[in-house]
Amino acid sequence: MARMELNNLKKLYGSVEVMRDINLDIEDGEFIVLVGPSGCGKSTLLRMIAGLEPISGGEFLIDGDRMNEMRPRDRDIAMVFQSYALYPHMDVERNMGFSMEIRGESASERKARVLDAAKILGLDKLLKRYPKELSGGQRQRVAMGRAIIRDPRAFLFDEPLSNLDASLRVEMRLEIARLHQKLGATMVYVTHDQVEALTLADRIVVLEGGNIQQVGSPLELYERPANKFVAQFIGSPTMNVVPVSSAQGGVTLANGVTIPTLKDVNPVNAAELGIRPEHIDVVPLGAGDFDAVADVVEHLGSDTNLFVRIDGIGPMMVRVHGNIPKQPGDSVGLKLQRENIHLFASDGQRLRAEDALAA
Amino acid sequence: MSITAPRTPVLMIGKYVAISFYLIFALFPLYWLLKIALTPDQLIFTEGTNLVPSQMTFANFTSVLFKTDFLAYFGNSLVVSLGTAAITTMVAAGAGYAFSRFHFGGKKIIIAVMLITQMFPLLMIIAPIYKIIASLGLLNSLTSLIIVYTAFNIPFATFLMQSFFDGIPKDLEEAAMMDGCTRFQALRKVIFPLTLPGLGATLGFVFTAAWSELLFALMLISKNDTMTFPVGLLTFVSKFSVDWGQMMAAGVLALIPSCLFFIFIQRYLVQGLTSGAVKG
Ligand SMILES: Nc1ncnc2c1ncn2[C@@H]1O[C@H](COP(=O)(O)OP(=O)(O)OP(=O)(O)O)[C@@H](O)[C@H]1O
Ligand SMILES: [Mg+2]
Repeated sequence: MARMELNNLKKLYGSVEVMRDINLDIEDGEFIVLVGPSGCGKSTLLRMIAGLEPISGGEFLIDGDRMNEMRPRDRDIAMVFQSYALYPHMDVERNMGFSMEIRGESASERKARVLDAAKILGLDKLLKRYPKELSGGQRQRVAMGRAIIRDPRAFLFDEPLSNLDASLRVEMRLEIARLHQKLGATMVYVTHDQVEALTLADRIVVLEGGNIQQVGSPLELYERPANKFVAQFIGSPTMNVVPVSSAQGGVTLANGVTIPTLKDVNPVNAAELGIRPEHIDVVPLGAGDFDAVADVVEHLGSDTNLFVRIDGIGPMMVRVHGNIPKQPGDSVGLKLQRENIHLFASDGQRLRAEDALAA
Repeated sequence: MSITAPRTPVLMIGKYVAISFYLIFALFPLYWLLKIALTPDQLIFTEGTNLVPSQMTFANFTSVLFKTDFLAYFGNSLVVSLGTAAITTMVAAGAGYAFSRFHFGGKKIIIAVMLITQMFPLLMIIAPIYKIIASLGLLNSLTSLIIVYTAFNIPFATFLMQSFFDGIPKDLEEAAMMDGCTRFQALRKVIFPLTLPGLGATLGFVFTAAWSELLFALMLISKNDTMTFPVGLLTFVSKFSVDWGQMMAAGVLALIPSCLFFIFIQRYLVQGLTSGAVKG
């Protein structure tokens, strides 16, 4: 079990700084998910934790011990690779038991432990197969098994499910959640997938351009994003963001409509307003904040997505729970749920009560 | 990797005709070698271009084996070729691994210099090489040939090995290190077994190159007891005549090690050992 501290971690490739000011404390047994757009440094950060990538600056501690100079083998961390990285010349059994083989444990011990893990993962019939004789999902399980066998202090996953098809991904996601509950080990998990991030994480770390944008529980990030980037990155479908100017006691949209703001938000610096598609209500014409024309209507059964056009503002997306009888071309009234409006300053920071007090 | 078979009979026949044509074209010289080796001396010229000799004999083989120095040449060639192949492959494997996995200062320059060495015609550097070897007192020694062949083959062999290492996903090595290996253990237990095809190909390539090399062997060796096989072959050419039958018989015998060598390594050459390592 492990508590990790990342203090001012920095990564340079040559003279290019790809990560900076990475500060993060990971509690023992916590499930941390790293998300961010492609190239933001998720894999780099994971590999620095693993010891596969030298740390250019700052300090990385596990349980209080400095890790910067430690080799991967001395850190006692297991990693599951996106490519699975199974050893092609070894059968499943040897693949899974490889770490024990390196540690010089006896063959009988190895066999027993591998069989135990294989049973958990449903691999016990496949122990004599070679990686090329396995399906993608089975390879994935072997890769997980190889990590579990070691009983390490922490697990690292780099997009472990991205090569699987949708249904298998759901299944493996549950498997990983179960594994985390059972082992109670610290896990750091990189993913592109919102659902994976929101369902698995105790806390999500949003990275962009080598910086941490925000760290928080899935709900925190959804409800109180620190800035526009996080607001638009977390949540699917994406939050609508439109320009506004500040007005007395509220903000004015580009079409001249003024939306009053809650009293704990100071609208003085507001440059943009954000509202999630699911936080816009469809109301009778004229009864809302403004009216709009539906361009495209998607009936998903459980939800209805409206892609609307608003005069003077432009396109927005609205998601309504349930099935509503709207057709493309219909006009609808729209009302923004006041408590779910986010205001952003011109630098993208979200305006909050704290800012109001400071201003 | 498997190619779907042509569906119509016409395509099938076309395919076999093409393959047969290719095989006949490639193998005909070898057949001719064998044919002349088996033809009795007195019939070589009278029967000229007949495809099959009217009589066959193993006399050429027995006289090559027991009445000439052929076996000594053969042994010398074997020592030189195996030595060259082993040393070259070892150096090339190390260098190829470094080029494939590490970044270090001067890497580009070293690669460029190695490429340049491949551009000179060998004829240009024969004289300097001769002088160097002579001043080292290594003339007429097999060692000199091993040194020269190794030097010439290392650049290409290194590129060959590098491309094989490049073909092995870096993830595998890293997975091994996460599993508790040192870099060297990862190399030995994971990378090395997967590089066997590459090692096989490189060994085979260097072995054949050294086995059939004539120019330097001719320049650096003039004593009968250190002659390699290609030089020895020239002793069948006397001032007045060429002993074709024996020469061809010697040629046939000389093919044997190359063939054996390739039979031995071909399973490494054709096997895609890394398949299944990563999601394919
Ligand atoms: N060996 C390298 N040399 C130079 N720059 C590198 C190297 N490896 C990665 N980078 C840079 O570091 C940054 C972070 O890369 P990283 O692989 O961590 O991104 P990522 O968040 O994992 O992206 P993805 O989601 O596409 O996997 C990128 O901008 C990349 O260009
Ligand atoms: Mg990545």
